[in-house]
Amino acid sequence: MNRLARLAISDEGFIFDPETGNSYTTNSTGVFILNLLKSGADEDEIVKALVEEYGVDEEEARRDLYDFLEQLRVYRLID
Amino acid sequence: MAKRYEKPVIHRLQMGMMNKFGFASPFGARVRKHIDGVAIDELVERFGSPLFVFSERRLRQKFREVKNAFTLRYPNVEFSWSYKTNYLDAIAAILHDEGATAEVVSEFEYEKARRLGVPGEQIIYNGPYKPIDSLRVAVKEGARINIDTFEEIADLEQVADELGIRPKVAIRVNMDTGIHPRWSRFGFNYENGQAWDAVKRIAMGGKLDLVGLHCHMGTFILKPEAYEIEVKKLVDLAYRIEDEYDFKIEYIDVGGGFPSRNRLKGIYLPPDVAVPPIDEYAERITTALLSSLRPGDYPKLILESGRAIVDESGFLITTVHASKRLPDGRRGYVLDAGVNILFTAFWYHFNVEIDREVQGAAEPCILYGPLCMNIDVVDDRAYLPPLPRGTRLILSPVGAYNVTQWMQFIRYRPAVVLVGEDGKVELIREAESLEDIVRRERLPERLKLKG
Ligand SMILES: Cc1ncc(COP(=O)(O)O)c(C=O)c1O
Repeated sequence: MNRLARLAISDEGFIFDPETGNSYTTNSTGVFILNLLKSGADEDEIVKALVEEYGVDEEEARRDLYDFLEQLRVYRLID
Repeated sequence: MAKRYEKPVIHRLQMGMMNKFGFASPFGARVRKHIDGVAIDELVERFGSPLFVFSERRLRQKFREVKNAFTLRYPNVEFSWSYKTNYLDAIAAILHDEGATAEVVSEFEYEKARRLGVPGEQIIYNGPYKPIDSLRVAVKEGARINIDTFEEIADLEQVADELGIRPKVAIRVNMDTGIHPRWSRFGFNYENGQAWDAVKRIAMGGKLDLVGLHCHMGTFILKPEAYEIEVKKLVDLAYRIEDEYDFKIEYIDVGGGFPSRNRLKGIYLPPDVAVPPIDEYAERITTALLSSLRPGDYPKLILESGRAIVDESGFLITTVHASKRLPDGRRGYVLDAGVNILFTAFWYHFNVEIDREVQGAAEPCILYGPLCMNIDVVDDRAYLPPLPRGTRLILSPVGAYNVTQWMQFIRYRPAVVLVGEDGKVELIREAESLEDIVRRERLPERLKLKG
C-alpha cells in the first residue's frame, strides 16, 4: 500500500501521483475508500465502514470494494 | 441520515481522452423510462426480458415521411415493403395498411404475404433463387418478377408455355455507381453488356413481356449521388430497350438501401451528421428521373426501402445480469440478450439508454450477451456509469433485420410487442418455449433413455 501514501487526494476526488505525473478522478465513495486504505484499514474494516457510512448492504459494498481494488491494480496504485 | 451511495470508481485523466469522451460524453447514457408512454418496468413485468418493442406510431410516421418525400416530387410512386427486413405479420400489416405492396425474395416470404391477404399483383418477386414451382404460382397470380439469371429466363418461358400466360417481367441490373462494396452478384451487369444480352434473350424468346428494370445497389448507402447515377443508367437502358424492341418499360425499381439513424461501425460521426436526410435521396432520384425521361413519360418509380423505414421503430430491452472488471481495466457487463437475437450488432453501435438515473462517472465498457461464446459482444464501445445488477438497457434502433435474422441458440427467443398509437401494448410474437423447438425433432425409439 506504500504507493498510495504518496498520492495527493483532494476532497473533490482529484488525485495526483507526484512520482508518475498521472492524475486521476474518483467519486466520494472512492475518496472514502482511498483514505481508509492509506490509514491501513483491511477489507473487512472498509466494508464495515461503507455499510455504516452509506447504509449500503454488505454484499453490495464488498462487491464494489473488490471492483474498486481491481481498478487500483490496473492503474498500479496498489499491488 | 446515511450519505447517498455511489459505486466507487476511479479514472485516469488522459489528455487525448479528455477531448474524446470528456465527462459529458456524446455517447454517455441517456435515461429512458418509457417507450411511447409505456413504462419500461411495466413492459418487462408483463412480457419478460429481453423484449423487443415496436412503436406503431414511429413506424407509421417514418413510412409517411419517406413516402411523402417521393410522392411530393414525382407523380407515380410505389413503395414495396422489403419482407426480409421485417416480416412479422403485425409490422408488414401496418405497412400494407399504409399502402405498401410486398417485396419478397423467397417462396416462404411470398406465401407469408399471400397469407396476410396481399394479392399476387401487389407482390414483387426478387432474388437469385426462385424455384420453378414458386415461379408457376407467381405467374399464375400475376406477381411482378424481377429476373436474376439467364436460367430464370428459361424457367419462366417454360412456365409461360405450361400456363399459356405471357408473364410480365423485369430484369435486375447491377452496375457501378461509385459505391463500395459493389453488389455485382445479383442480376445482370450493366457495364459489360450482360444486361443488354438478357434483354435480347428475352426478346428472342418472345414469351415474356419485359415491363420493368430493377436495381438494388446495397444497404446503408450514405451517398445519395449513387442513386442519381443508378437512375440515369436505368432510364438510358429503358429507352434503348423501347427503341429497339416492342417493349414498354412501365416501372423503374431502384431497390432499397437508404440508411437509418444507426451508427455504422467505422464511421465516427454521429448519425445526425453522417446520415443524409431522406429528402436528399428523394431529390436526387426524382430530379435524375425528371431530367432524363422523355416528355409525358412517367414510368412507375418503385422503392423497396427496408431499414430506413422500420429500424427506428424497434427497441430491445435487456437486463444487466452481472458485471466484471476486465484485465485491461474496462468494465464488462453480462446482459440477457446476445448477438443471436441482435445480428445487426456486428455492423452497428446501437444507441444505449438506461432505465434509471445512475450515480457515478461514465466509463468505457463492453456489453456481453449470455451465449458463452467469445463472439457474443453486443457493443465493445459503450460508455456508461457503473450499473447495478438489474438495470435495464434499451438498445435502438433494432427494428431492421434482427427479428428476421435472429436464431434460436441455447436460449429461447424473446417476445415481441407492439405499442399501438393509443398506447396499448399488444403481443405480436410470443416468447419461444421448449415445445416450439422440440416439436420438429424425432427421437428414434431405440435411442430413448431407459429408466
Ligand atoms: C432486393 C432488395 N430490395 C430491398 C432490400 C432492402 O434494403 P434496405 O433495408 O437497405 O432498404 C434488400 C435488402 O437486402 C434487397 O435485397
